[in-house]
Amino acid sequence: MTSFTSETNVSYDNDRPRALRSWKVEDLTLLLGTAFSALALNWIFYTALTTATGATGFVVTWTLLFYTFYYLANRIELGPQAASDRLWTAFTWSAALLLLAPLITILLYVIVKGLPGLTKDFFTQDLSATGTLDTGGGASAAIVGTLEQVAIAVFISVPLGVLTAVYLNEVRGKFRRPVRMFVDAMSGIPSIVAGLFIYAVWIVAFGHGFSGFAASLSLSILMLPTICRTSEEVLRLVPGGLREGSLALGATRWKTVRQVVLPTAASGLVTAVVLGVARAVGETAPLIMTAFGSTALNRNPFSGAQDSLPLFVYRLITNPFPAQQQRAWTGALVLVIVVLILFTAARWLGARASGQKR
Amino acid sequence: MTSLNTDINELVDPAPAGGLTAKDVSCWFGERKVLERVSLEMRPRTVTALIGPSGCGKSTFLRTLNRMHELIPGAQLGGQVLLDGEDIYNPEVRATETRRRIGMVFQKPNPFPAMSIRENVLSGLKLSGLKADDPDSIVEKALTRAGLWKEVSDRLDSAGGALSGGQQQRLCIARSLAVEPEVLLMDEPCSALDPTSTLRIEDTIAEISDRVTVVIVTHNMQQAQRVSQQCAFFLAAENKPGHIVEAGPTSTIFTRPSDPRTEDYVNGRFG
Repeated sequence: MTSFTSETNVSYDNDRPRALRSWKVEDLTLLLGTAFSALALNWIFYTALTTATGATGFVVTWTLLFYTFYYLANRIELGPQAASDRLWTAFTWSAALLLLAPLITILLYVIVKGLPGLTKDFFTQDLSATGTLDTGGGASAAIVGTLEQVAIAVFISVPLGVLTAVYLNEVRGKFRRPVRMFVDAMSGIPSIVAGLFIYAVWIVAFGHGFSGFAASLSLSILMLPTICRTSEEVLRLVPGGLREGSLALGATRWKTVRQVVLPTAASGLVTAVVLGVARAVGETAPLIMTAFGSTALNRNPFSGAQDSLPLFVYRLITNPFPAQQQRAWTGALVLVIVVLILFTAARWLGARASGQKR
Repeated sequence: MTSLNTDINELVDPAPAGGLTAKDVSCWFGERKVLERVSLEMRPRTVTALIGPSGCGKSTFLRTLNRMHELIPGAQLGGQVLLDGEDIYNPEVRATETRRRIGMVFQKPNPFPAMSIRENVLSGLKLSGLKADDPDSIVEKALTRAGLWKEVSDRLDSAGGALSGGQQQRLCIARSLAVEPEVLLMDEPCSALDPTSTLRIEDTIAEISDRVTVVIVTHNMQQAQRVSQQCAFFLAAENKPGHIVEAGPTSTIFTRPSDPRTEDYVNGRFG
């Protein structure tokens, strides 16, 4: 008769959770040791044995050597099963870090390059009276333009996109398949084609001229498929039991959608809108021939050329003068900040909309 | 003398409303017939239990009683369902109105997650477009009848989804009762619940059946015996549509069934 407690000599404090998956010191030394020996061997390769040069190649061969050493060392210590488990853990960690690397580098680079130009004037002044060699001036025209254009585009595409998603998933009408096919095809439209379309129809054929509103129209074309398909996926996640419960209480289809399905999916719908905005806010190509760009502040999105942050960056970074290039970098930084603020606000709203009652 | 008696009876016990009668109800899913000419009388203010093995069409039959069956794509139906003598499938009767008068509680508790307890109880009124004169008293009355008031009266504004499974199911019953239906259909309301919660729901059924006609589908024979006065036994032979083998007072079905198949089933020899 074996007793589990009598076999161990260690006494446990039963009131405290036990550490079940602890990293031992050996695991860490194995990781660091193999990394270091891979580095050392790679070093010898590069300096003494071959004529290879270049940092990229060095990192790549070092990583490959590290995987090999790490696997072999673990295989000797723990056997093939555990070794391949460790190796795959190493792969997934590398992939995650590799994915983060460009994001962090871009952010850091934009911050470093843009921060020197970030003054109060940058937000309050435009460039109408600033020469290419002057310092001062700002991006107020571009900031106002971007905010107005994206806001109008959201105003157009969110109701359309969400209602289409409702048609696809709740109404389940006859034209479901063709509509879904067209929405899918729409998501493949190159942004410059969306811009050209609005230019040819709204600006040339209808004769409305450049305006922020024309830019919003072209951005809506780009946002619609994203918002529609994401909303559809989100609506599909709402359990069918809730719809049945609502209908069994004597609700109509529309009331069920409005009072039960949409509120339940609120946080997901916010995500759909965020993804749509993300698609539109950094677009440059369609704005060139719709908003056209301007150095002067134009608060009215419905008439006259208007600037926007991506256009501002595009125009000034191609300029040979350092003052203009500085403004372009600062513009890029402001664009990143605007996106960050929008996303945070949307997440917060989404959490408030549905998290409250969970 | 006779007329006087009738008058007094009417005063004491007003004409019973909420009687459901199914006449030759058949159901199809696409080409497949799943229910064969089912006729059943569900008396007002009594509890009728539908029993039978899985896949014999009990739930399908229940869903024809408040027009939930037709929501499934490809579902078709024949025959008549009469609520107090009027056919609920009459084209002039709106399905939404029928569903308000004949409520339903589902197998899996489905409180609306985006609403508080209070809002859940009132949701039926909002969804069917009814005005609530005194919402607070409706909430209290419905929750009391569903046996949930004492447990949640101090947190009406918290989430319905945060309650336990049994409480959620009673919340769903309260939600159905708030629109004052004449009939309440229950599709295995306790199959996802523990024995204690099951007992609470059964108490609730006994409590509400003095004012509402209850039709309950259950796999639990003891439950059928405990809660129902009338009972119908459904059966489907392999690849054949389901039908009613025997129906009658629950005590008769369980003690002196006339069909040997019923006797085998209620004694647990199959199913």
